[in-house]
Amino acid sequence: MNKRVKRLIFQVIAVLVTLVAYIVPFYFIILTACKNKKEASWLNLSLPTEWKLFENIKEVLTVNDGMIIRAFFNSLVLTVCSVLIIVVVTALLAFVMQRRNDRSTRLFSLLILAGLIVPSSVVPTYWVLDFLHISKTIVGLIIVEVALNISFATILYRGFMGSIPQAIDEAAIIDGCGTGKLFMKIILPLLKPVTATVAVVSTLHVYNDFVNPLYYLPGAKNATIQLSIYYFSGQYGSDWNLVFADILLISIPVVVMYVVFNKQIVEGMVAGSVKG
Amino acid sequence: MKRKGKHKSIAQKIYSRKLMLPAAAIYVVIFVIPTFSSFFFSFTRWTLKDWEWIGLDNFITFFQEPSLLIGLKNTILYGAMTCGLKVVIALLLAILLTRGWKIEGYLRTVIFIPTIISTIAIGLMFKSFMHPTNGIINQALDQLGIGSVFWLTDKRLALLSVALVDVWKGLGVATLIYVAGIKGIDRTYTEAAEIDGASGVQRFRYITLPLIRPAMNSVLILSLIGGLRNFDLIWVMTGGGPGFTTDLLTTVIYKQYANGLYGLSTAGNVILFLVVALIAFPVYYYLTKKEEVY
Repeated sequence: MNKRVKRLIFQVIAVLVTLVAYIVPFYFIILTACKNKKEASWLNLSLPTEWKLFENIKEVLTVNDGMIIRAFFNSLVLTVCSVLIIVVVTALLAFVMQRRNDRSTRLFSLLILAGLIVPSSVVPTYWVLDFLHISKTIVGLIIVEVALNISFATILYRGFMGSIPQAIDEAAIIDGCGTGKLFMKIILPLLKPVTATVAVVSTLHVYNDFVNPLYYLPGAKNATIQLSIYYFSGQYGSDWNLVFADILLISIPVVVMYVVFNKQIVEGMVAGSVKG
Repeated sequence: MKRKGKHKSIAQKIYSRKLMLPAAAIYVVIFVIPTFSSFFFSFTRWTLKDWEWIGLDNFITFFQEPSLLIGLKNTILYGAMTCGLKVVIALLLAILLTRGWKIEGYLRTVIFIPTIISTIAIGLMFKSFMHPTNGIINQALDQLGIGSVFWLTDKRLALLSVALVDVWKGLGVATLIYVAGIKGIDRTYTEAAEIDGASGVQRFRYITLPLIRPAMNSVLILSLIGGLRNFDLIWVMTGGGPGFTTDLLTTVIYKQYANGLYGLSTAGNVILFLVVALIAFPVYYYLTKKEEVY
């Protein structure tokens, strides 16, 4: 057979397979979110007789006195605070670790690497939070998210720090820069690309996290977004139109991020994992 | 000598360890200390306020109670299944994605989307797709005349079904790691082999495969660790059921925590730690050693 025809056939097959495996599931979600309760319960791909997407979303938003809206707010606070702290503390950590590169920092970097492999110990973590009087608070959860994201963020930052020549530091020091000025005025601006990657990827990690809120900030009243959909599906499990409208709603922020920060997300997730 | 000494002190002053303190403090207090103390508390009956040393009792309970022990077996099985499938399928996808096809960009974007959607959302989606009576998968199978498959309610199948969803979700990252590896191969190797008359299969077997070893190791280790530590997907899709047949160590830890048996839950955590350490470190060591041979 002609080579070009063969190539074309392979491509068509690839597109068809991804259509079934990836596009249809998401199309199904959107379609079901537009249906009324009865049609949604059939769980099929037929078009809805009446389009009720906005009614469904409105119903989702008003359930349990606006549990979802509160959850959105909680997740916003959680994500913004966690990501800000992650970026600031790990940029500083990686700066010193990469520049010093002596025995103690190398030892500490091993400890940091272990964080990518070792599963966190749940009850002892809760016990420490309790000791600090921040268990079951958003502050406690923020600290946990920071601690669990430090490993991957440090690895990205340290890798990038290595590409900034130390001669730049030396020149700045000779010109009279102290640590603060050197870091704020010179290093931090140069770290911008990797800061974007770290911020975007840790935003996804924290926003999508389910396990840690489940343990450290439980209860439907003050849930984060991932917990809220879990509780919601428990309560409205058979109303697939509402469950899928909820899924649609909570996925909008990450899909928007994927479109805007595609490069950072792909790079960050692939590089962050390979170097680990 | 004098100058060198002075230079060192400047470096120490500029790159002050104090700057490491915020991150180090959070990491040590919230991650390192709990990890070490879990070893201690796993030997106790623990109420958070008070503890009582009971020796190996928690571990004995764990290994004698079938509903707990199954978590260990399933964790290893789940890790092996998801890891094996991801390593193989992602490699095949990566090969397709590096042939200069026009649809490359489309394919990459599409298979990466599930990576960014939350596991809970994905789990709920597939729970509906795998619904025993009117899930869309069984509807399609009915049309084809195959009949219904009880994806999540059949004891022998449920763990595999969740593992397949895990693979579906994780393929994006695994594939792109391979793609980066394949694109990093110097073209002169494959060109030289082509001139020497090597077939496509031979070129893959003797050039591509050895040279993407590091990428393959990354995918293997990553998906193994991810599989062993999985919680959300199994929790939202089966909750460990039917019965205890799909419980993993992580769900056992959660259930015992919810029961208020903190010592037992922590013992489960220690066992998970040991499983991950005993599997991941030797595999990592073995693979990286093999890497050096090439």
